[in-house]
Amino acid sequence: MTLLSLLGVVSSAIFSGASLLYATLGETINERAGIVDLALEGVLLVSAATGFAVTVETGSPYLGVLAAMLAGAAINLLFGYLVIGRRANQLASGLAVMFFGFGLSALIGRDYTSARINSLPRFALPGTSLIPALSTSQFKFDPLIYLALPVTVLVWWLLFHTRWGLGLRAVGENAQTAFAAGRSPQRIQYQAIIASGLLAGMAAAHLSIAWTMVWGEFMTAGRGFIAVALVIFSKWHPLRAIAGALLFGGAVAFQLLMQASGIQISPFLLDTTPYLLTLIVLMAWGGTRRHAAPASLGRVYQGTE
Amino acid sequence: MTDPTSVSASPAPLASMRAISKSFPGVLANDRIDLDIHASEIHALLGENGAGKSTLMKILYGFYRADSGEISMHGRPVSIFSPHEARAMHIGMVFQDLALIPAFTVAENIALFLPHLPAVLDARAIESRINEMAARYDLQVRPRALVSQLSIGEQQKVEILKLLLSDARLLILDEPTRVLAPHEVQALFRVLASLRRDGFAIVLITHKMKEVLECADRISVLRGGRVAGTLTRAEASEARLLELMFDKKLPPLQTQGPTPAGTEARTLLELRDVGTQAVGAAPTLSGINLRLAPGEIVGVAGVSGNGQRELGDVVLGIERCAAGRKFLFGQEFTRRSIRAARTAGVAYIPESPLALAAVPWMTVLENMVLSRTQVFARWGGLRMDWRAARSEARLGLERFGYSVALDVPARSLSGGNLQRMVIVRELAPGPQLIVASYLTRGLDVHSALAARQALLAARAQGAGVLLISEDLEELFALSDRLVVMFAGRMVGEFRPADTTPYEVGRLMTGAEVAHDVHP
Amino acid sequence: MTSIPDKRPSLAAWLVKSGAVVLRYLAIFVVAFTLFGIILWIAGKDPWLAIRDTLTYTLGSGRGLSEVVVKMTPLLLTALAVAVPSRVMLINIGSEGQLYMGACLGTWVALSFTGLPAWVMLPFMLFMGAMGGALWALVPAILRARGLVNETITTLLLNYVAPSLVTFFIYGPWRSPGNSFYPQTPDFVPAARLPLLGDTRIHLGLVVGLVMLVLYWLLMKYTRWGLEMRAIGGNAQAAKRSGIPVTTYLILALCIGGALAGVAGIAEVAGAHGRLRPGFSPGFGYTGFLINWLAGGHPLGILVMAFVVALITSGGDILQINQGLPFAVVDILLAITLFVVLARPALRLKGKRA
Repeated sequence: MTLLSLLGVVSSAIFSGASLLYATLGETINERAGIVDLALEGVLLVSAATGFAVTVETGSPYLGVLAAMLAGAAINLLFGYLVIGRRANQLASGLAVMFFGFGLSALIGRDYTSARINSLPRFALPGTSLIPALSTSQFKFDPLIYLALPVTVLVWWLLFHTRWGLGLRAVGENAQTAFAAGRSPQRIQYQAIIASGLLAGMAAAHLSIAWTMVWGEFMTAGRGFIAVALVIFSKWHPLRAIAGALLFGGAVAFQLLMQASGIQISPFLLDTTPYLLTLIVLMAWGGTRRHAAPASLGRVYQGTE
Repeated sequence: MTDPTSVSASPAPLASMRAISKSFPGVLANDRIDLDIHASEIHALLGENGAGKSTLMKILYGFYRADSGEISMHGRPVSIFSPHEARAMHIGMVFQDLALIPAFTVAENIALFLPHLPAVLDARAIESRINEMAARYDLQVRPRALVSQLSIGEQQKVEILKLLLSDARLLILDEPTRVLAPHEVQALFRVLASLRRDGFAIVLITHKMKEVLECADRISVLRGGRVAGTLTRAEASEARLLELMFDKKLPPLQTQGPTPAGTEARTLLELRDVGTQAVGAAPTLSGINLRLAPGEIVGVAGVSGNGQRELGDVVLGIERCAAGRKFLFGQEFTRRSIRAARTAGVAYIPESPLALAAVPWMTVLENMVLSRTQVFARWGGLRMDWRAARSEARLGLERFGYSVALDVPARSLSGGNLQRMVIVRELAPGPQLIVASYLTRGLDVHSALAARQALLAARAQGAGVLLISEDLEELFALSDRLVVMFAGRMVGEFRPADTTPYEVGRLMTGAEVAHDVHP
Repeated sequence: MTSIPDKRPSLAAWLVKSGAVVLRYLAIFVVAFTLFGIILWIAGKDPWLAIRDTLTYTLGSGRGLSEVVVKMTPLLLTALAVAVPSRVMLINIGSEGQLYMGACLGTWVALSFTGLPAWVMLPFMLFMGAMGGALWALVPAILRARGLVNETITTLLLNYVAPSLVTFFIYGPWRSPGNSFYPQTPDFVPAARLPLLGDTRIHLGLVVGLVMLVLYWLLMKYTRWGLEMRAIGGNAQAAKRSGIPVTTYLILALCIGGALAGVAGIAEVAGAHGRLRPGFSPGFGYTGFLINWLAGGHPLGILVMAFVVALITSGGDILQINQGLPFAVVDILLAITLFVVLARPALRLKGKRA
């Protein structure tokens, strides 16, 4: 395996993992506020379709990214309304919105399945040209990838070093206590939903606009669920999500490498790698992780009296 | 009614409640109550479980809204519709189940409640404020410690610091000594005394008379939702307080039953060097050696979180023995299931029946069948013989003298009636080994009495009882033998007559290692 | 809902209660259809045409009606696959994957034992289908019973693994020679085909589904095991302390659910298709989950909802053909129906869950 192909894997891992990272960050915010968002898969799909469609129609990938973010927030708000406003079961609501996302994204994207778009520009970080090995076309990344790290740090800082983050985490641990402290659990949860919707939009935008540059029905292929698993994997901590996203992004890239190296493994078996890997990780680490979960995760806040 | 020439330094009350009434479905919790709270004074609200003390204070704290009546602060009428508003008026409350977040640090818990927290947190500033206040009132804690790692006594300190740092001047403490050992109680009273010196108004909700006599300046006795009387410390005595608390004499507890048959009967329970492996923050048992003979009640004392509950769980089989061996009725049961233990004759009565012993939406009859489904199964399990179950349930209820409807959902029963249902279910088949885990917690006085009498009756018939309780009075009254748990180990074993609650309390908090541990 | 024989509600009370339920459901569907119609209209399609086309096709013709029944058959079983575990508070989203694995194992029987007579072959196939689904549910079941991982996530992830595995087999060892455009297995031998009803495409799977529904009802209402399961679902802590072996039931319930989904899979393949094709399931598993939720876990509700949903998905076919919409659009309608139910808890059929 040449250095070039190794770099190729790393580069693919980064491309693949970026959307995972954004989605995981969003879900981390949700779960820290006590909400499990199984709708993520549907949210990603709708955002991807919307973003892609807007990019085709306007010709501007930046508008497409913006549209994806707004669409993500909107669909997530639908989920949020069911769970926070109507106090419905989180898992069932998540799945319902997921189905909705399946259908809505298919509807939105139906005319764009073979469209071509102007993608986001890809460039190398200034300075990498000094390292000859890295100055290949493989190591040119788009703005969303470069934004990923700062956004991660921002999320971490928001959660652990601000008053807002303290309140949000309190809601996820014990909404009653947060209410007693003068916070409004409903408002905080809505804020979390919007934030995670925006982040999911960024993830979806990167997937369809920046990386693959196509739209296809069900193109997210379970990334929403891998993100939920990654949240557990990273113990609900934004900074650790980076490692997880790279690892799983790498699993997808690993498939491509196998095929490129001419190793004869059926592509269908390779298709299962990310999910099996997630499963194995959950099996191995799930037990200990459970106690790091926010205490009120999944519970519906009933209000007082 | 308050005597205006009383102890308080300032004659005008800090807070006044007038004609407060509050009812919940089926119960009138507060009935036109008048109450005055003064600064620089410790005011005790005394009464039995269910007398309305907590409800009244929760209204003051904005947790509930009164149906009618008025609250004034500094002579001006106010309306308090949320704890947030109460805290704005410098009222703070420490609940029985401490409202702390275990996964947060001490500092984070306190910061959550600080009134003027900046948008960006300054950890160092918060820590120094905590340390400063802690030093002033002897409430030392480590700000960076996770609350889940603190003992209950330390957690209580955090709660009080939380109130002080959010500028509370009127502190309400709801049954603060329930989970403390006697010497920790002393420490708490010293803190309260120094707070009183600095002008704080303190309301102490409790049902423990002795404590009230020790530290309160003014005592208001609540009974059945009304103020039965208000006394100053000078006027109060145990007799007078008892008179105010109870309107009729309770039948004395028949503790002296017929002495059980001879000791040749085989040992009901034997734990040999038993240990468990706990998950998360739960206590781990180690080196437990215990024997239980027929016709004896062994009481298990300990501060909650030190392994008492786990001991009961190990006997039933909910907790597995990670080490050591367990024998029931002479046979090895170390690896056997809960069902096997039950079939062999073990019964289990926990606290909070709706959470631990009953299925809320199932009927009483269905619940009573749950622990013995194999007895009523017909055709190999394809059918259940409800007729037989019903008649057995009726007979059981009659024998114990309880009246509980059979066809209503369990959740519609009161706590006391639920516990009665569980008692009949567990004790009517005549088990030989009974594990009672905090069975009187939260019960009204009559239900608690009925529960204790049921245990005594079982003992009189030759059963053995493992009585786990946080109520030292109850343990001393009922036990033939008393063991003390601390940090997952048995640190003492006595006969009640040979020791005092104070001594047991010291063992409960690890202050002293006992010289007398039975192998 | 107790099973005490002396308490039988009067006929009038039952009629009133049923009438209220029917009204509730009508209201749900009216709202859902209206919202869906609005979305169609925004997308530039004619909602009235869609509804008219669907109804004429499905209810207006014998063939159309029988096609609805064919679509309904796997849904009965996949809904049950979710219902049984839900009694012990388990959420089985994995019926899609369990369905594929059941089809897989059943197909292996059909392709490997071509000499067997039908009366041996069919039960064997169905049995192996059940085994396939049950085994696929086993790992999530054990993980959940041990308290390690929530079954929702594990079953969901396996949903993505199963179809790929099946596709692998179809492209590989089971590939039918000569048909290179649409990869599929060879046709099943006649002994491996489920018998059909008359000249319709309705197959024996319907009978299996109906029988399972009845068994489920009997199990939960009368038997000791149903009582113990309901206890676990109502309060697992109390059930455990009463001696009920909770772990065993959790694993069994999820595996039984998997088995039911597996039977759905092989029945669909052997009954409706006669060969295994990749991606043969248009989301039967997920739809089954929806149906169970809508029906509140009640067997009769499952029957009715399965029929209605089959009707709607037939409409999806029509929409795809007549109006050029992607089939997935039907998911929107189903999801909206679920929204209406979730948003107004008073409307849901009174199940055992809070």
